[in-house]
Parts: sequence; C-alpha cells; structure tokens
Amino acid sequence: MTTSFQTARPSRSPGRALRILLGALPLLAGLGAAEAQTLRIGMRDDPDILDPTLSRTYVGTVVMTALCNKLFDFDEKLNIVPMLATGYEWTDEKNLIIRLRSGVTFHDGTPFDAAAVKYTLERHLSMQGSYRRSEIGAMGHAEVVDPLTVRVVMKRPFAPFVAVLTDRAGMMVSPRAAEAAGRDFGRAPVCAGPFRFVERVAQDRVVVQRYPGYWDAGRIHYDRVHYSIMPNSTARLANLQSGTLDLTEVAPLDAETVTKDRRLALVSTPSLGYGSITINLGDHPQARTPLAQDARVRRAFELSLDRKALTEVVVAGLYEPAAQPTAPASPLHVPSVTPSARDIPRARALLREAGVATPLKVSLLVYNTPQAVQSGEVIQAMAAEAGFEVEVKAFEFGAALTAVNNGELAMTLGGWSGLLDTDSNSWSFLHTGGALNMARYSNPVVDAALDRARESTDVATRRAAYEEAWKQIGADLPLIYLWQTRNVAGVSRKVAGFRLLADGLIRLQDVRPAP
Amino acid sequence: MWGWLLRRLGQIIPTLLILSVMIFALQQLMPGDPAIIMAGEERGDPQVLAEIRAELMLDRPVWEQYAAWLWRLLHGDLGFSWRIRQPVGSLILEKLPVTLQLGTMAFVIAVAIGVPAGVISAAYRDRPADWAANGIALAGISTPNFWLGIMMILLFSVQLGWLPPSGYVPLSEDWRQSLATTIMPAFVLGGGIAGVFMRHTRAAMIGALGQDYVRTARAKGLPERTVIGRHALRNALIPVVTLGTIELGRLLAGAVLTEQIFSIPGFGKLIVDAVFNRDYPVVQGVVVTTAVIFVSLSLIGDMLYMAINPRLRAA
Repeated sequence: MTTSFQTARPSRSPGRALRILLGALPLLAGLGAAEAQTLRIGMRDDPDILDPTLSRTYVGTVVMTALCNKLFDFDEKLNIVPMLATGYEWTDEKNLIIRLRSGVTFHDGTPFDAAAVKYTLERHLSMQGSYRRSEIGAMGHAEVVDPLTVRVVMKRPFAPFVAVLTDRAGMMVSPRAAEAAGRDFGRAPVCAGPFRFVERVAQDRVVVQRYPGYWDAGRIHYDRVHYSIMPNSTARLANLQSGTLDLTEVAPLDAETVTKDRRLALVSTPSLGYGSITINLGDHPQARTPLAQDARVRRAFELSLDRKALTEVVVAGLYEPAAQPTAPASPLHVPSVTPSARDIPRARALLREAGVATPLKVSLLVYNTPQAVQSGEVIQAMAAEAGFEVEVKAFEFGAALTAVNNGELAMTLGGWSGLLDTDSNSWSFLHTGGALNMARYSNPVVDAALDRARESTDVATRRAAYEEAWKQIGADLPLIYLWQTRNVAGVSRKVAGFRLLADGLIRLQDVRPAP
Repeated sequence: MWGWLLRRLGQIIPTLLILSVMIFALQQLMPGDPAIIMAGEERGDPQVLAEIRAELMLDRPVWEQYAAWLWRLLHGDLGFSWRIRQPVGSLILEKLPVTLQLGTMAFVIAVAIGVPAGVISAAYRDRPADWAANGIALAGISTPNFWLGIMMILLFSVQLGWLPPSGYVPLSEDWRQSLATTIMPAFVLGGGIAGVFMRHTRAAMIGALGQDYVRTARAKGLPERTVIGRHALRNALIPVVTLGTIELGRLLAGAVLTEQIFSIPGFGKLIVDAVFNRDYPVVQGVVVTTAVIFVSLSLIGDMLYMAINPRLRAA
C-alpha cells in the first residue's frame, strides 16, 4: 500500500502515471472508516471559549452539552426535568430550594455538591465579562443549606429562573479547576458531563472522551466524540453521505437529499427559535420614516407578507408561520394569537389612510447568507405589491450587528435561536431598555404585562399576561414575527437512538451504534 | 553577495513596519465594532460594552494600541485571541504546518504540470500539442476552485468513496491519511496555478527559442532535447521563478475558499474567521507572519536567479 505513490513518481507515461495515481486513491481512503466507538459530529461553526460563564455562541453550547451537565434539562413536551438537581421548590416568590443528586463527581474527581452550585452561580453573577449575568441577574445570592441542598435567594421575583438553569447558566463547573484556571478555564473545561475534554484545534475539531465516573454512565455508548468544524453546508452534507460524519446539522434545503439517501435518516423537530422583522422606531435619521412613525404603515407592511409562501420558497416549507415568540409546544403559547393572512387591498387602503405617498422607500437589513438574502428578496417582491419599495441591504455579520445596534436601518430581518422560557425570548427584545430591544420600542402596557409574566410562577397567569402583551405588540408592530424555525439534522443509519429536542442541542445520552 | 544580502535584509524591516502600521490603519476602516460583536446578547448594555472596550484596550487611541502591540511583538508575544483566548502564536504554529503542507503540495502539482506543459507547448508551437496544452491551461485558470472542489468531493468521496471529503490529519500522525485529506484540495489549488505556469513558461520559452544562442546551439548540432532543456529552458526559467515565488507566497498565505470547502484548518480559514469575528490580534498575527513568509520567499527567489544565471551575481 505504501509504495503506490513512490512508483507513481518516476513514471514517464502520463497514462500510466494517471492510472497508478487513481489506483492509489482508494488505498489512501482509510479515513472514511471511523473507529467503531467514535461518534463524528459536523459543526457549522467554530465554538468560542468553552466556558459556561463566558461562552456566547450556540455552537459553543452544542459542545458544552457533552462536557457539562446542567442542573435541569427539559423533555420533548418542554417540561423541566431533573439532571444534576433532583428537584426544586419555591418556598416563596423569592426563595428557591434546589435539591441535588448525590454521588456525582466532576471530571477532576471533585465532588459535586451545594458548595459547587453556589460557586458556579456566583461565578456567573460576578465574573468579569460573564455572559450569564443578565440571565440570572435577578438572583441575589445562593446559600448552602446542606451538602445536597441549595437555597437561591432572589433580589426580586423571577419565575423563569429554573428554566434559565436548563441552558448554559445551569451548567456546573468544578470549583477547584475553575479557581486554578481563572479566565483560561474554557481552554480545558472541567465539568460533570458524560464526556471530558481532550483537545481542541481551533477551526478544525474538538475531541471529548467518555468520563468513566459519569453518574448516568449506562446511557453513554460512545468512547469518544469528535466535533469537526465544517462551515460549508454542502461539504457537511458530502461528509455525511460519504460516512466521514455520523451526525450533523443540515441546511433546510438539503433535507430532501438526506431523506432520499437510504444510508441516512432525517431527524427534525420544531425549535424554540423564530424569525422576525424588527422595525426601528428610534430616532436615527435613517429610521425616521412613516414606517417608524405610524403603526398603520407597519400593519400594511405586515399584510403584504405571505408567511407560508415565504417559507416555501426559502426553506422548502420547513418553518411554520408564527405571530409570537413562544413555540406552540410550550405551555405558555397563546393559541388565540395567529399570523394574519396576506391582504393586499387592505394594505393599500391602510397606506392611503396614513396619507403615505407610494411607493414608500424603506431599507431592510439582512445578514449576508444565501437564505437571508433570498428571504429579503421575496419580502421585497411581496411588499412591492402593496406599495413599498424595499431596498435589501446585505451586511456581513459584524457590520450588521453594529448597524443594528446603532439603529442605522429602518428594518432588520433576523431571528433568535430561542430558549425554553418565553421570558428569555421576549423581555430583552420588547421591554423598555431591554438589552436586545433593537426596535427601541417602549409601551407601558407591554412592559407591565412582561413584568407580570416573569414574576408569577402560575402558568395560567403568565399565559394571560403574554396574551395581553402579544395583542399590544400585534397592534404596535415593533417586531413582525414571521416563522418558527426547525432543527434539522442528518444522521447515519449506523447510529441509533438520536433524538433532537426543541433547542437543537446534541444530547449524547442513549445515542449508540446501530445493531 | 554578502553586502547584497545584508542590504536586502535591511529593506525587510521597514517593509514589515510599514505593513504593521497599515494593518492597524485599515482595521479602523473595517465596519463593525469589535466590542458589539464580542458582547453577543449583551450588546445593548453600555456597561458591558465599556468593560469589553477597557479589557481589549479599544478605548485607547489607535497609536497607543499599536505601540502596545509592537512592544509585545518585539518580545515575541503576539497576544491572545479575543474570541477563544488562545495565544495567537500557538494558533499560528498550529496552522503553519497545515498551510505549508497544502501549499507545498499544490505548488509541486502546479510546477509538475505547468512547466513541462509550457515547454511542450512552446516546442510544438501552433501544433495540436500546443492547442491541447493551451486549452487545458485555460480550463485550469478559469474553473472556479469552489466548483471544482465540490465536484471532486462528489466524485471521489460521495460516489466512489475513495477519499475523505474533508478534514485534515497531520503528517506526523498518519502520513497516508494526511495525503488522503490533502490531495484533493492540493489538486484544486495546484490545477489553477498550473495553467498560469504553463502560459508563462510557454511565453518565456518561445522568447528563448528565438534567441541567437539557441540558433548557435542548434547549428552546433546539439540534440533538440539538449537545446531545449539546457539552453532555452534555463534562461526561460527566470521569469517562471519570479512567478513561482509569488504564487508560493500566495499559497502559503492561505487559500480561503479551498480551505473552506475541504475544511482544512489553515491560514486562510484562520484569518477569514478572525476578520468576521473582528478578532484583531489574530488578524495582525497572521498578516505579519504571512508577510514574513512572503518577503523571505522573495529573497529566496532573488538568490535562485543568481544560481540559475551567474551573470546576475556581478550586478
């Protein structure tokens, strides 16, 4: 096998050389066959720092899901279920008791206990540059009640707190390792998940190895997991088809290819995320348009859109039209709030009523990805029929974030990957002064409803508050919700037991080589 | 010779300094605020933005940022990646062997195809061999790397299953797998450059074959192979060497699209991701490193001229 290339070199006949070269290619092909107990996962982007406190990217969370168990998780029906915690109880609206699992150790052997929970939560709260601070900012402090019980004392009532602990804020770190490594903890994270960190080569791979001391080891069936970074979706699909990858996120338009391939299975589930158009109501000169000043004009814009047709064109109909930031599976979803149907005559009438001269020029910022640009163009064509002249401006990600943050464009087509509790998907975006309120929207009715929803632990009360908020949002339209996204993964038939939950994260429990 | 070498080395230092000033100046023109990008979901919070700016020195004047960076550089410290907190020096050392391997393989493929094709094309000028070589060269130059890469993946990986579609294995780990992962991207990169080599070699050879010394060599009754190989080619190679150093330099600066398609973790991918994430220390480190590689190659190219053509040594 090793001599084929050597013989190819001195060959003088091009025909012979070519035959030898082509003949040698299959001999080099050892890579395709992965080791039996290694699971190979394709990732669309390189994760940022693998530290639950400092991480800010979704792909970072995907990898940390293998490394770091959380206090709580959720199931297919979006019910909160125990993980490192075994249960919780609000003793009053500001005191939360969390009971912990016994016999759990971190990858460095440090026992997981109430002191570790207190340490991690307070690290999220106080560490410089923490991206969890706003998520758990309502927490005052944590107290160790006994080795397996923690009391969290809130500064103010905050019902979504437990739901927040099903994401990165709930990922527990080894206090010993975190103290020793400081800000470099994320370069070799030590947590209490099923796999421990082995190595990372930036922009290439992250490798993790099964942790033998994992508390739920019976549900882990692979020795190693190899996350390969492949930003190009066509390359990811080709790797899946050729067997180099076992599992990867798939672009919506590639879903059909996966379905038709007998070696692969498509796993798809509605996500917690949504797509939306944010309308800039701020006072930047470029945003001072009738669109910002008159809700009737925004309503006319919304009525010009056919959400169903939009998703058919852009994502092969995989996404569901939506009019609120809550996934239909959530108990907080408000069924009475539904997307309005396209109505061009009414849209034109509203523009006439508002006294707007048509065509009305408006700018729409889209991120410079094929899907976003195409969405922008379809929106442009739809809105033109109602009397809008939409200028689609495709911005590179960094430039887009800055332009949006500075309020430089009339509208932005974007979205949110979504978190379990509706509060995480709405408060910052719609409340006066919210960190992600890029619409610069402010309405006391909505503020009060959103505040009420985060203060009560009663589901019916919260849903009623959200219903009030969405109805007001539907009238004011600082955001036009377009669709609920879907998580789509392609999986090799050599892998069994893979389930995808609404957050799209790759949970490795019960994933095993197919019999 | 030594005086010349010292003079050339002396020119390199101001070149690198000017370049480093340019990197800093151009960074200021890039749209997008690094602090806003780094802040992620907290980007609407002015306090968070202020903290990030203070930590990354973004609240200081540009000259102060530059001075601090240059001071660290003189001490061999390229700083930390803002995004993943790894030292930039170690990131570069991690990617350098990948880029060196891919670039060298692509270069060897380009030379091995391009130079002989150019020679044959010139020797059989205006005959079928020339037309065929020209046609192939044109196809090589005009085929987009992106398309060729995807087609090769679909044929050799998905249909035939002979080669892994992407990824990278270091030579030190397993040389066969390493070749398997790099042969397709090297061919995609080298194929395009082979066409450029072919065209330049052909033009230089046609020029050389019309010279008096070639006529003299032929009149002396030397075999055609010796006339072409020893007399014409040797002189024709000088512009080809210049081209070679430029092309090799470009290859070693990273091949963005090809690395992206084949998921090769080289310089191209590193710098593109760093630019998109406004990870300035990584951008600065990679640009300086590639500049050093470029000027070193240019120096080697000049030294090669002298080896090929002794008359230049006197100049």
